[in-house]
Amino acid sequence: MSATYPPLSRKLVNIVMLSLTGLCTLLVVSALLTILVYLLWNGAHALNLNFFIKLPAPVGQSGGGVSNAIVGTLKLLALATVSGVPIGLLGGIYLSEFAGGWSAFTVRYTTDLLNGVPSVVMGIFVYTLVVLPMHHFSTLAGGIALGIMMIPIALRSTEDFLRAVPRSLREGGLALGASKSETIFTIVIPAAIYGILTGIMLDVARVAGETAPLLFTAFGNQFNSPGWLQPTASLPVVIYNYAISPYDEWHQQAWAAGFVLLSGLLVVSILARLVLARGKKMSHG
Amino acid sequence: MKTLMKPFDLSQLSKAHEVRFAEVEGAEEQLPWPQFTVADLNFFYGHHQALKDINLIVPNKRVTAFIGPSGCGKTTLLRTFNRMNEIIPGTRVEGSIRLGDKDLFSFPATTLRRVVGMVFQKPSPFPKSIFDNVAYGLRLDNTLRRNEIADKVEQSLRRAALWEEVKDILHQSANGISGGQQQRLCIARALAVDPEVLLLDEPCSALDPISTAKIEDLLFEIKNQCTIVIVTHNMLQAARVADYVGFFLTGQLVEFNRAKQIFQNPERQETQDYITGRFG
Amino acid sequence: MAHAALTTSGAPNRAGRLGKKQTWLERLRKGDEVVHLITLAGAWSILVITALLVQHLWVYSRLARHAFGWHFLFTSTWDPVNGQFGAWPFVYGTVVTSVLALIIAIPIGLGSAIFLAELAPRKISNALTFLIELLAAVPSVIYGLVGIFLMIPFLTAAMPYIQKVLGWLPIFSGTFYGVSYFTASVVLAIMVIPFIVSISREVLLAVPVSQREAMMALGATKWDVTWRAVVPYARQGIMGSIFLALARALGETMAVTMVIGNVPQVSTSLLAPGYTIAAVIANEFTEATGDLYLHALIELGLVLFAVTMIINALARLLMLTMKAHEVTG
Repeated sequence: MSATYPPLSRKLVNIVMLSLTGLCTLLVVSALLTILVYLLWNGAHALNLNFFIKLPAPVGQSGGGVSNAIVGTLKLLALATVSGVPIGLLGGIYLSEFAGGWSAFTVRYTTDLLNGVPSVVMGIFVYTLVVLPMHHFSTLAGGIALGIMMIPIALRSTEDFLRAVPRSLREGGLALGASKSETIFTIVIPAAIYGILTGIMLDVARVAGETAPLLFTAFGNQFNSPGWLQPTASLPVVIYNYAISPYDEWHQQAWAAGFVLLSGLLVVSILARLVLARGKKMSHG
Repeated sequence: MKTLMKPFDLSQLSKAHEVRFAEVEGAEEQLPWPQFTVADLNFFYGHHQALKDINLIVPNKRVTAFIGPSGCGKTTLLRTFNRMNEIIPGTRVEGSIRLGDKDLFSFPATTLRRVVGMVFQKPSPFPKSIFDNVAYGLRLDNTLRRNEIADKVEQSLRRAALWEEVKDILHQSANGISGGQQQRLCIARALAVDPEVLLLDEPCSALDPISTAKIEDLLFEIKNQCTIVIVTHNMLQAARVADYVGFFLTGQLVEFNRAKQIFQNPERQETQDYITGRFG
Repeated sequence: MAHAALTTSGAPNRAGRLGKKQTWLERLRKGDEVVHLITLAGAWSILVITALLVQHLWVYSRLARHAFGWHFLFTSTWDPVNGQFGAWPFVYGTVVTSVLALIIAIPIGLGSAIFLAELAPRKISNALTFLIELLAAVPSVIYGLVGIFLMIPFLTAAMPYIQKVLGWLPIFSGTFYGVSYFTASVVLAIMVIPFIVSISREVLLAVPVSQREAMMALGATKWDVTWRAVVPYARQGIMGSIFLALARALGETMAVTMVIGNVPQVSTSLLAPGYTIAAVIANEFTEATGDLYLHALIELGLVLFAVTMIINALARLLMLTMKAHEVTG
């Protein structure tokens, strides 16, 4: 009897269900590849030099570009990094090196909370916080919105990478008479710096594609946006506006913008992983 | 709990070392002054008492070894000598320790740790270059010039018998050298700030026999320059390197004496059992 | 003379090194307290930002809250011109699209996670997981773009066949224009699957071997072991991943806005166009004329915030109990 166990029907169920799980995986992976290939194909066809160096052309004319949106996105990301990352770094150092008990719990929990805030709600918040008092949309408002969205990931990845620094290194520093803060800044942070940089790069890549928070903060602009206090175009918003427009030229521009945005994200993500790999190589000789 | 050993009556503490060492063989040798004088020391991790009523004098410019089974408190005592236990939350010390004639707890831990250096069980080079590792402690002072630091680094590496092996790769990562070299690098790093005392917490337990021999040779070299306290699991190592040996059991100091005495003719049965391998 | 020797080993400059006990002020000067305070300020500014966020959403929605009370959520008239604001079509659309997205995403996501954790060789599994996690990094607006130009034509072509089979169901009745609850749900499903796969795979991999061996020793098939021993053991983590996916689907804005049709109506048919909370905020916020209109939209944001916070908290709770379970079990 034991030779025929499990019974045939159970064996059949086994095979069918296991095949189905394989099918699910195939479905997910092929959906991913379809999306990527479709985007890259369409985008690559719509790309040309004008796209990078010209301002948007009026409706009905072909040949314009989105140089203002590319510059706008770079400015927004720079501002976001400057405003969000320091808070994330400090918070990460605090959680890893100083915090304990209720203070650590509160900060960690609130950070998770902030991370879960829908991006459109973040847009509303920064609208009421920055745009209403200033009476107009601006790069500043958009940068702050993205900056706040960067804080949670910057904080948690900094904390994780600092925590991964072995206790023996901290003790080594303290045993040489370094104070706690000297140990943190001369040993712990340098030991974790590649990881922290990786976390920040991935964080930038993550918010680079955010659209909803920019709609009511940075808004949009058909022209270049001088300084930091004017509304500005950005790649994600351009993709949105062009995609839902009825004009075929604009659809082409949307594809090209999508291509540029996604390639940028992928390049930054891969660079981030290289930085991490370099860090690992450094610390293992 | 009654202490197992009371070699130093507290009322006689100032004379304790004379009393103690006059009794034993070789009393005509010049008396070593106490480096650490430990009196009625108790240590707690939360509610767990790790050290009970420790009374002890660690002699100056000698190698003292702490032996005993795992969890007997020898490492805890070692880490109390440079107050490394303070970084663990929930720990508490009772009793007194004097460094020379000064209260160990009377000055900042950072200052103390420059006088009482420490090397850990696992080699823990910083992820920096070999040079920067040794220079780390020197740069904290911020008083030395570049060439002074370079001289000091070379001198320390020579004292740690590592100079010849690393002089051409000073600016490469310290993670690239072997485990034994890393441990000697950690010793060089500790020696660079001219400590009076060097604490070693099972420095050879992660190393091969050849690296171990090199480190033991090195301890002989430096022991006339500073006091060495070494915690070890390895009885043979204690017998090879130590002038004095303390045997610990369940948080208490069972016996403290000259190494020769401990290994040839221990006073207490527990010590006898341990060094003959009957338990532990 | 003897006592002179007691000042440790001689060198007179040592006396300078062994100073007095450190006061708080000295530690402050030394830097530890300064660094502590600065990092504390950084950490607590997160609390301040979050508190400000809640306060702003609350204050800037007060006109709508006072005017409509709880009726706001359950009435269907959205008429900015006459100052009538009822959010039911958006609430309905948000719930329908999110739930349908999960109905699509859970079996596929869980199936993939099981395949990647239990069946695929580790190297292939890691590579595929990396690809799937890449899917999570693609911005929402790009899903919308692909949704408009790839998904809608595809579904439009496929819909006659679907309707031939399922058209008798009220939820698949009516004419399909491309933009619909259904389209939005499919796009949402693709967007949340990576979350389910990546977290579920991890918790499945964390199930101890002993759990599997116990079943295998009884002669169970691979599927039996997986379905009756491994998945139940990991159920809290899997539930956690599903809650995270739900929170993400509820708050998702751009992709949904681009494919749902943006019509404030309540339809039984999933093939009809609709609207969601996030979509109406995205579309109408910058055009909102009048304070009541703006406050109504911000109240929608407040609702969205509250709901996603509750679901995120539940997800985190489940993950926490999972961790405690792992430690004790």
